Amino acid sequence: MELFLARLFDGLSSGATYAVIAVALVLIYKATTLINFAQGELAMLGSFFAYILAIEQGIPLYLAIVLAMLLSAVLAAGIERVLIRPFDPADHLPLVIITLGLFLVINAVAGMIWGFDPRSFPRMFPEGDVWSMGIARLRWYTVGTMATVLVLLVLLTLLLKKTKIGLAFRAVSSNLESSGLVGVRAGPTLQFGWMLATAVGTLAGALFVADPFRQLDPTWAQRVLIFAAAAAVLGGLDSLWGALAGGIILGLVESMVVGYVDWIPNQMGLAAAVVAIIIVLVIRPNGLFGSKAVERV
Amino acid sequence: MTDATTSPAGSPASTGKPILQVSDVHAAYGMVRVLHGIDLEVRDGEVVVVLGANGAGKTTTMRAICGLVDTTGSIRLDGKEIVGKKSADVARLGVAHVPQGRGTFADLSVEDNLQVGAFVRKDKEIRSDIDRWYEVFPVLGERRQQQAGTLSGGEQQMLAVARALMGRPRLLLLDEPSLGLAPMIVQNVFRNLQSIREEFGTTMLVVEQNANLALGIADRGYVIEAGRIVLSGTADELSSDDAVRAAYLGY
Ligand SMILES: Nc1ncnc2c1ncn2[C@@H]1O[C@H](COP(=O)(O)OP(=O)(O)O)[C@@H](O)[C@H]1O
Ligand SMILES: [Mg+2]
Repeated sequence: MELFLARLFDGLSSGATYAVIAVALVLIYKATTLINFAQGELAMLGSFFAYILAIEQGIPLYLAIVLAMLLSAVLAAGIERVLIRPFDPADHLPLVIITLGLFLVINAVAGMIWGFDPRSFPRMFPEGDVWSMGIARLRWYTVGTMATVLVLLVLLTLLLKKTKIGLAFRAVSSNLESSGLVGVRAGPTLQFGWMLATAVGTLAGALFVADPFRQLDPTWAQRVLIFAAAAAVLGGLDSLWGALAGGIILGLVESMVVGYVDWIPNQMGLAAAVVAIIIVLVIRPNGLFGSKAVERV
Repeated sequence: MTDATTSPAGSPASTGKPILQVSDVHAAYGMVRVLHGIDLEVRDGEVVVVLGANGAGKTTTMRAICGLVDTTGSIRLDGKEIVGKKSADVARLGVAHVPQGRGTFADLSVEDNLQVGAFVRKDKEIRSDIDRWYEVFPVLGERRQQQAGTLSGGEQQMLAVARALMGRPRLLLLDEPSLGLAPMIVQNVFRNLQSIREEFGTTMLVVEQNANLALGIADRGYVIEAGRIVLSGTADELSSDDAVRAAYLGY
């Protein structure tokens, strides 16, 4: 029982952070039907922005994170304008190559500027446990992360459902050509999508490295991106709440499999999770929450 | 039908001032040239129909007007040149386009489809306009929260028309509103278009293969063949033209 609870709490904790990055991926996917391979690196960059603002500039942590979100959103606006918008949104290959290129460039630049020595990110939530039983510890970090993710998703849902820019975003992601025909300008709308996704990614990055068991360095996002992409696919790629479910399920599968199945070594948690996804996708090709294309003629 | 009859300005509606003036428009998809000098005109309050066989360039003409295809020549809206403008900017000038295949926002609700149709409006009457469309098409009102993609073809066509008119356009472009619909439903769609015309005086340019129905609600028409206008005239003139009867009316 203790072991089960310990695994459960571990899984929830990592699952929630996978979920936030998955949400960022889903936002870009909804806008462009592309997986943004640079999403993880943008989140890593954002986590460094927050670190520098908080530690080197002495800005209070929460404010520093909000500023880092804004800063990374501005950067994303520039990236969209300069590197994405000139290309035909229907032609995916150049765009995929651009996001892969961004991945490499951001990673290299971050390494050059900040080096690869791990740093410890300030705590976002109180140290210690909300509740514990033997080795099973429900940490404040886990509860805080889950709560942040839930609040974030509620806010994002409201933004997309209740605001005009949200309507434009949904229109562009539903039907690019028709949205032009009703006067929605695709460029600024997609730019908004990039800004939103990147700000969300920065928040995800801060949450991830704020775990006292983790440290900040320019490589943390690489492994996480794979998990987040897997979580997004599992959730159906175009569903925000699906991304949350996908992230949590993935986190749980990872921690349970590694915890209970002796012959799977720790390092294989990722592979085990990917196998789980493949099984799900064989049964439900649109993921757990993905919208089937509904179209009658 | 080579020698084009040019229409005398006979119909009463053609006394309005021109809203759309298309002259010598050429368009191409990459290297494939599709339009070879289209000239046509739509006046305020008119319903104008464009007839033509499959592949003649009707859709391409509509797409040229809306900035969806590479175009040269001149297209004027209320006298203002719009060639080279993006589709969103043409829409903002008051052109609403119901594309071939209807262009429904399939995964948005019926209500959101109508909301997005009013995207460029800033006035306070959007809500009352939506409610009015629910009165005109009660089935849309009943399904307002349903995903638009789950509606039947005829319902989607009416939604597409209502969505286009939510923008209170100067000019409504309709590309084959009858396509893929059962004959009964097609009749219904055209009855609705007729009553929209009577009630709101909407200016329309309608592409249609069903020449009978289209000429029934139109003031004037053009016949397009292989990227060129080969014939034009009042609806009555076209209906009684031997070549049109043979090719498009089937009697
Ligand atoms: N996207 C496209 N790329 C290349 N050729 C096209 C494209 N769309 C249409 N065409 C060609 O342009 C010509 C006119 O097409 P279209 O305007 O759709 O005709 P219509 O609407 O009158 O049936 C056809 O020969 C068609 O094959
Ligand atoms: Mg066509």
